[in-house]
Amino acid sequence: MLNKIKELWGTISSPSRYYSFGILIIAGFVAGVIFWGGFNTVLEATNTETFCISCHEMNDNVYQELKSTIHYTNRSGVRATCPDCHVPHDWTDKIARKMQASKEVWGKIFKTISTREKFLAKRKELAQHEWDRFKANDSLECRNCHDFEYMDFTRQGKRAEAAHSTGLAQGKKTCIDCHKGIAHELPDMAGVEGWQ
Amino acid sequence: MKPLLFILLLMPFLVIVEQAMAEQNIATLRSAEIAVEPEAPRLGNEENKDIKRKRNYPMQPPTIPHKTANYRIDLNSNKCLACHSRRQVDESQAPMVSVTHYMDRDGNFLAEVSPRRYFCNQCHVPQGDVKPLVENTFQDVDAILDNKNKK
Ligand code: HEC
Ligand code: HEC
Ligand code: HEC
Repeated sequence: MLNKIKELWGTISSPSRYYSFGILIIAGFVAGVIFWGGFNTVLEATNTETFCISCHEMNDNVYQELKSTIHYTNRSGVRATCPDCHVPHDWTDKIARKMQASKEVWGKIFKTISTREKFLAKRKELAQHEWDRFKANDSLECRNCHDFEYMDFTRQGKRAEAAHSTGLAQGKKTCIDCHKGIAHELPDMAGVEGWQ
Repeated sequence: MKPLLFILLLMPFLVIVEQAMAEQNIATLRSAEIAVEPEAPRLGNEENKDIKRKRNYPMQPPTIPHKTANYRIDLNSNKCLACHSRRQVDESQAPMVSVTHYMDRDGNFLAEVSPRRYFCNQCHVPQGDVKPLVENTFQDVDAILDNKNKK
């Protein structure tokens, strides 16, 4: 076994006998493109709503709830899908989020939220993770669609205008502080700041 | 045998009454056959002016001067109280729910909104600028007193 490894190392470390330097560079480049492309394709495939709701946990709970909200149907016909709100656009952040998602795969295998009851029991914790994330990134995913710069206050309701031109404009609050539960039903809100 | 005979004699009348009701749509507001999906009515625009309306009598629950579409009230959360509860009014500058809402039916004060007052839209409703479905002959108490004094 050890000999075999030594032999392999010998082949890898010695200069190429048959192929020119140029060919090797090109071959390496092509292989890299294929690998990179494949990687990103898989990444994109997991970044669709169809993928998210292929798990019954997501399909039966949060997706059904989303359907009755303004982010699913509205007069303008613009839709927000799961990754729009839950996956960062920026590549490094996206990879970081995907690494976190490995925990969700774990949860799937061990059925931590496989029934509605289990899901509801865990909901507060799951929601808290999302609130913390939005709070930390200043509700970046919301802002990808709702840009504060382009909000026409004269077109908003009075209460919306009042809140947006004070707390939000001064940067003291971010979207998620005031807009929890816009896409799904809420967990027990007792003890959550700003509720009751 | 007698009750049965009575019912049989009554049958024709029941049928007539039933037909009359069906014609006036009294029994149901659903205007289509049970197996037919009726066309969805257009949604009216809820008033969103934040201007208080007059109360028609002193004990009238105030109407809601803003939109409440998509506001959830359930066991876990109450969107109305997120602005109108005692603890939130400094932040929201919304009117606090009346003190009666913190009382149980024996008049004892509670720390939280009483469960019997929890479902806000049982008494408070948003308004729309629409043509009334039925004629309303309601008269304000002032109008009644005026009429009486004139006589
Ligand atoms: C994919 C784009 C997109 C994303 C991401 C998004 N929204 Fe929206 N949002 C919309 C659209 C489209 C509407 C409906 C506009 C309309 O037709 O009035 C909307 C409506 C809203 C409304 C108005 C609700 C109402 O009843 O009038 C709120 C509040 C809101 N979004 C908050 C958020 C928050 C908070 C986030 C982040 C968690 C977010 N949105 C993320 C696209 C998005
Ligand atoms: C300080 C609290 C606060 C913050 C922070 C806040 N909002 Fe709002 N927002 C409100 C209130 C209050 C309303 C109107 C009340 C309602 O209809 O529920 C509102 C309404 C809206 C509406 C509907 C507009 C209308 O005319 O009713 C949208 C869209 C919206 N917010 C998006 C956002 C986005 C996006 C952010 C973050 C960039 C944000 N809000 C941050 C309090 C806030
Ligand atoms: C408009 C933005 C938006 C969209 C679209 C959206 N979510 Fe969410 N999601 C949130 C927010 C905000 C939270 C944090 C909890 C809350 O406020 O409801 C959340 C929480 C969650 C949670 C934690 C459990 C819970 O309910 O709190 C799960 C799981 C989840 N979302 C899955 C999904 C899936 C799957 C989809 C697509 C079918 C989706 N979300 C679409 C904004 C969104």
